[in-house]
Amino acid sequence: MILHKHFLADGAIIRHEKIGANDVYLLDIDIFTNAESFAAGQFVQLQVPDGEILLRRPLSIADVSGSRIVLIYRLIGKGTERLARAAVGSKVSILGPLGTGFGLECKRPLLVGGGLGIAPLLLLAKRFAGQADILMGCKNAAQMDWPLPLFKNVVKNTFITTDDGSMGMRGFTAEHLPKILAENSYDKVFVCGPEIMMKTVAKITAGHKIACEVSLEKRMACGLGACLSCTIETRQGRKKVCKDGPVFNSTEVFFDE
Amino acid sequence: MSEISLKTELAGIKMNSPIMTASGTFGFGEEFEDFADFSTLGAIVVKGTTLQPRSGNKGIRIAETPAGMLNCIGLENPGVKVFIDEISPRIKKYNCPIIVNISGSTVEEYGELANMLDIDAVAAVELNVSCPNVKEGGIAFGVEPKSMMSVIRAAKKNTHKPVIIKLSPNVTDIAMMAKAAEEAGADAISLINTLMGMAIDINTWRPVLGNITGGLSGPAVKPVALRMVWEVRKAVSLPIIGMGGIMNAQDAIEFFLAGADAVAVGTANFVEPDITVKIYDGLEKYLGQKNLTDIKDIIGKLQA
Ligand SMILES: Cc1cc2nc3c(=O)[nH]c(=O)nc-3n(C[C@H](O)[C@H](O)[C@H](O)COP(=O)(O)OP(=O)(O)OC[C@H]3O[C@@H](n4cnc5c(N)ncnc54)[C@H](O)[C@@H]3O)c2cc1C
Ligand SMILES: Cc1cc2nc3c(=O)[nH]c(=O)nc-3n(C[C@H](O)[C@H](O)[C@H](O)COP(=O)(O)O)c2cc1C
Ligand code: FES
Repeated sequence: MILHKHFLADGAIIRHEKIGANDVYLLDIDIFTNAESFAAGQFVQLQVPDGEILLRRPLSIADVSGSRIVLIYRLIGKGTERLARAAVGSKVSILGPLGTGFGLECKRPLLVGGGLGIAPLLLLAKRFAGQADILMGCKNAAQMDWPLPLFKNVVKNTFITTDDGSMGMRGFTAEHLPKILAENSYDKVFVCGPEIMMKTVAKITAGHKIACEVSLEKRMACGLGACLSCTIETRQGRKKVCKDGPVFNSTEVFFDE
Repeated sequence: MSEISLKTELAGIKMNSPIMTASGTFGFGEEFEDFADFSTLGAIVVKGTTLQPRSGNKGIRIAETPAGMLNCIGLENPGVKVFIDEISPRIKKYNCPIIVNISGSTVEEYGELANMLDIDAVAAVELNVSCPNVKEGGIAFGVEPKSMMSVIRAAKKNTHKPVIIKLSPNVTDIAMMAKAAEEAGADAISLINTLMGMAIDINTWRPVLGNITGGLSGPAVKPVALRMVWEVRKAVSLPIIGMGGIMNAQDAIEFFLAGADAVAVGTANFVEPDITVKIYDGLEKYLGQKNLTDIKDIIGKLQA
C-alpha cells in the first residue's frame, strides 16, 4: 500500500449542493494537489469554515478527479449544519488523505452500504472499473435519491433494500445478503454503514468464508494517530481507527466493545 | 540590528525555542512529521506514560464543547518499557529534547518511572499529578499539597534529570500548590492540565463521555490558565511552562507576558497540525515589530 504524505490544503469549493432530500450534500473541492492516487476508504479532516467550530470533521473521500475531491455528507449537528452554508468559491481547510484504504485484491467484489456509508463505496466502485456489484440499503425510496444516480454507470449489478419496502427488497441489507452471496460467486465483501449492519454482514461473510472489510467510525480529534480518541481493541491488539483504519479486516475487530 | 533569537534554556535543558508540545496532544512526535519542524520546537512532551501498558477508558472519549473539548482518554499508552525500547530510539532523530510525562498510581511508581527514564534519550520527566481521568488515584496527588510533594520527592530521588511538576487547575489555591512544589524540589512547573468537566446528551439523558467526566482543554480554558500562570509567577521563582488554550502566537505572547518561560501547545495541534511552526514565525515577527531581539525581553513583563 502506498502511504501518502499528508497534506494540509486551503481547498476551494467548486461545487456544493444538496443532492438528497434527506439533507445530504455533495461538496466538490479543489485541493491543489494531485488526488488521483488517494485510496478508496481514506478520509479527510475538514475544518468547518466558521470560526466557532473547534475540531475538524472526518469525512470519507467519495470521489477524486485530478486535484479535486468529492465529499458527501449528511446534516447531523452543529458542524455539518454550518458546513452546509459554505459558499462555492470559498475556502475550506482539508487535512488528508488519512487512514488506510480498502484492499483491492479480489476478482468478484460486492460492496454493501447503508445510509451515508454508501459514500466511500463510490470511489471504491470506480477503482473496480465497473466490475463490482453493490447492495445498498436506506430507510425508504426517497432516501435512494442520491445514491442511485451516482452509482448508475459505475457498478455491474445493483441490489436495493429499503426498510419499508418502498423500493427494491423490503428489509435490511443484511437480511438479503445470504441469498445474494449464495447466488453469486463473490470473493470479497466491502461494507460501510451503521455498526449493527457491519456487524451482521461480518458474521454472514464469515459463515460463507468470504473475505470482508469494514469501515469503522469513531469520534476523532487529530485524525493523525496522536490523541487516542479513536482507539479500539482488535485481535491484533490496540489499533487507531484514524491511522490503522478506518478500514479493517472484519475478522480483526470486536463489534461489541 | 542583531538577530532575533527564540533560543532558551529551561531547567538546564537547551531549547531551540520556548515552544513545546503538550502531553497527549502530539503523540510521540512521529504523528506530526509531515507538519512540524522539529528545529523550531523547544521540546516534545510525549503522551502520559505508566509502568504497565494501559488501554484507557471505554466508550466515547472526546466531546466538543463551546470553544473547547472534553477528553477522557484515560492514559492509554504502551507502557514505559515500550517507550524506552522501541519509541525513544525512533524519535531520537528529531534532535529535539524529549520530555516524558509520567503517571503513577502510588508514590513509589513515580520514583520507579523516573528511575527507568533516567536515560540519554530523555531530557526530563514531567509528573502528571492532575490527570482527572484515572480512577486509581491520579487526582489525589495533584489536589493536595502533601501527596504532591511526596511524588516530587520520589521522582527527584530517583533521577538525575530535571523534574517538572504539572499542576492541576482543579484546586482552590494554585499559588499554594506551586509553593509546595518548589519546596519539594521541583525544577520547573507546567500548568495547566485540563479542567474537570462534563457534557450531557439531552435526548438519551446520558453523559456524552464514556467516563462521565473528562478534562476540558482548548480556547475555553485560556483565561483560567493565564490567570493561574500569573499567580504562580508571583508565588515562586521556578521556571514556568504555560499552557491552556494556546491557538496562535498572540495567545502564546499573553502567556509570556504573564510570566511563562516557555509555552506548550495542546489542543491546537488537532486543529492545525502545523500550528507550532506558525507560532514560531509569529513570535519572531512580533519581536521584530517591537524592536526586540530576545524572547526573554517579554517574559513576565506584564504591567499590572
Ligand atoms: C472515518 C470517518 C468517515 C466518515 N465519513 C463520512 C461521510 O463520508 N459522510 C458523512 O456524512 N459522515 C461521515 N462520517 C461521520 C461524520 O464525521 C459525522 O457525521 C460528523 O462529524 C458530524 O458532525 P456534526 O458537527 O454535524 O455533528 P455533532 O453530533 O454536532 O458532532 C459532535 C462531535 O461528534 C463527532 N461525531 C458525530 N457523529 C460522528 C460520527 N458518526 N462519526 C465520528 N464522529 C462523529 C463530530 O465530529 C464532532 O466532534 C465519517 C466519520 C468517520 C470517523
Ligand atoms: C486528548 C488529550 C490528551 C491529554 N493527555 C495528557 C496526558 O497524558 N498527560 C498530561 O499531563 N496531560 C494531558 N493532556 C493535557 C494537555 O497536555 C494540556 O495540559 C491541556 O490540554 C491544556 O492545554 P490545551 O488547552 O492547549 O490543550 C491531554 C489533553 C488532551 C486534549
Ligand atoms: S483521532 Fe486522534 S488518534 Fe485517532
